[in-house]
Amino acid sequence: MLAKRIIPCLDVKDGAVVKGINFEGLREVGDPVEMGAWYGAQGADELVYLDISASREGRSTFTGLVRRISERIDIPFTVGGGISSLADAARLLDAGADKITVNTAAVLRPELISEIAAAYGSQFVVAAIDARFVPEDGFWRVTTHGGKTPTDRELFSWAREVQERGAGEILFTSMNHDGTRNGYAVAEYAALSERLSIPVIASGGAGSIGHIVEVLSAGKADAALAASIFHFGEISIPALKQSLREAGIAVRL
Amino acid sequence: MIAIVDYEAGNILSVENALKRLGAAFEVTADPAHLRAASHVILPGVGEASSAMARLNRPLPGGETLSGIVRSLDVPVLGICIGVQLLCRSSEEGGTDCLGVFSPRVRRFPADAGAKIPHMGWNAVENLSGPLFRGIPDGTYVYYVHSYYPEYAPDETVAVTEYAGCRFSAALQRGHFFGTQFHPEKSGPAGAVILKNFLSL
Repeated sequence: MLAKRIIPCLDVKDGAVVKGINFEGLREVGDPVEMGAWYGAQGADELVYLDISASREGRSTFTGLVRRISERIDIPFTVGGGISSLADAARLLDAGADKITVNTAAVLRPELISEIAAAYGSQFVVAAIDARFVPEDGFWRVTTHGGKTPTDRELFSWAREVQERGAGEILFTSMNHDGTRNGYAVAEYAALSERLSIPVIASGGAGSIGHIVEVLSAGKADAALAASIFHFGEISIPALKQSLREAGIAVRL
Repeated sequence: MIAIVDYEAGNILSVENALKRLGAAFEVTADPAHLRAASHVILPGVGEASSAMARLNRPLPGGETLSGIVRSLDVPVLGICIGVQLLCRSSEEGGTDCLGVFSPRVRRFPADAGAKIPHMGWNAVENLSGPLFRGIPDGTYVYYVHSYYPEYAPDETVAVTEYAGCRFSAALQRGHFFGTQFHPEKSGPAGAVILKNFLSL
């Protein structure tokens, strides 16, 4: 039985993890490689590193970091943040990334997904979608630039389009739920999962083990991504996986 | 010295990094003499089967082909992902004959089984046997990314995984030839044990 995946997400700026944490046994707090290795040892199934550097120097630091991550980490990892061209994708592939996420640049120029999928395969391309439900609009509106800029696209039609263009997975973040810790957008993940033939990764809103159980069962998501609840040690991955197994969800222990 | 077969297959960096983590000396080579002198040979890669076979069948400067060399090796050989598929009899991907070291055909997962394709993520290996899985308990999870699978073969299958209604060969062995459909280099500590088992042959 294919296991549901648990994915810690690390935001990286100028080569260091942004959300500071302090776990026992972690030698260098803030070092993305050490943190990734630590999560791997805890039983994370995959890692996501998002580069939030604004500068060109920060970006080139990130490529070097990806190389170091691939040397050290023995589970799959995805990198993202500011990828806007086939050349960006190639640079990160060469550095050892297993997958990349595209977000804003793909909304602005959807051909980017087709180009990367054709060159390196669908398994390499994760389409990240940030969307917000605004009651006056009556639909889930896709946003760019970290949720700051609304677009005219609608979540479900955009999700279908990225799948048709060759994305291998969808990482949907509900901007209504992100940061609230009140749970994931369960109904929307279930609807996405039913309508799509590619895996769906849930992101945004995790505040408890129960929320993750819910999005992987009722929400039918293939994977759950979270950041702060892991970074601040509120949920340990071994305890989380034990709870998932007790709830009848296939996980890798 | 371990040799990784250089046939311009995609993304072999993860295999190189896994060998480095194990402290193993290796080279990436298409040189017949180096391949024959190696202690272990790894056929890695991702990509499309028929074009990968075409590259293996292309004559090298001395007139030999990598296909012929790999088939005739008498040291332990490990195919990973597309590598194990190329060691099988044939593949539905691009409708190609393969090296024929293993007897199974390689088939595409059925689209109508209600399962997502590619098969991507962690799945369990069962019915483990042979030296590759020494110290690995049945039910261990390993990492997969693939849309095609080698069929089950009673005499050669040394690990089974089930997906999309198919019980397929997660790993094959015939004599000194081995292959895994999953990626040991991305399968955490269990994958490292499997690679170590291969290197200790």
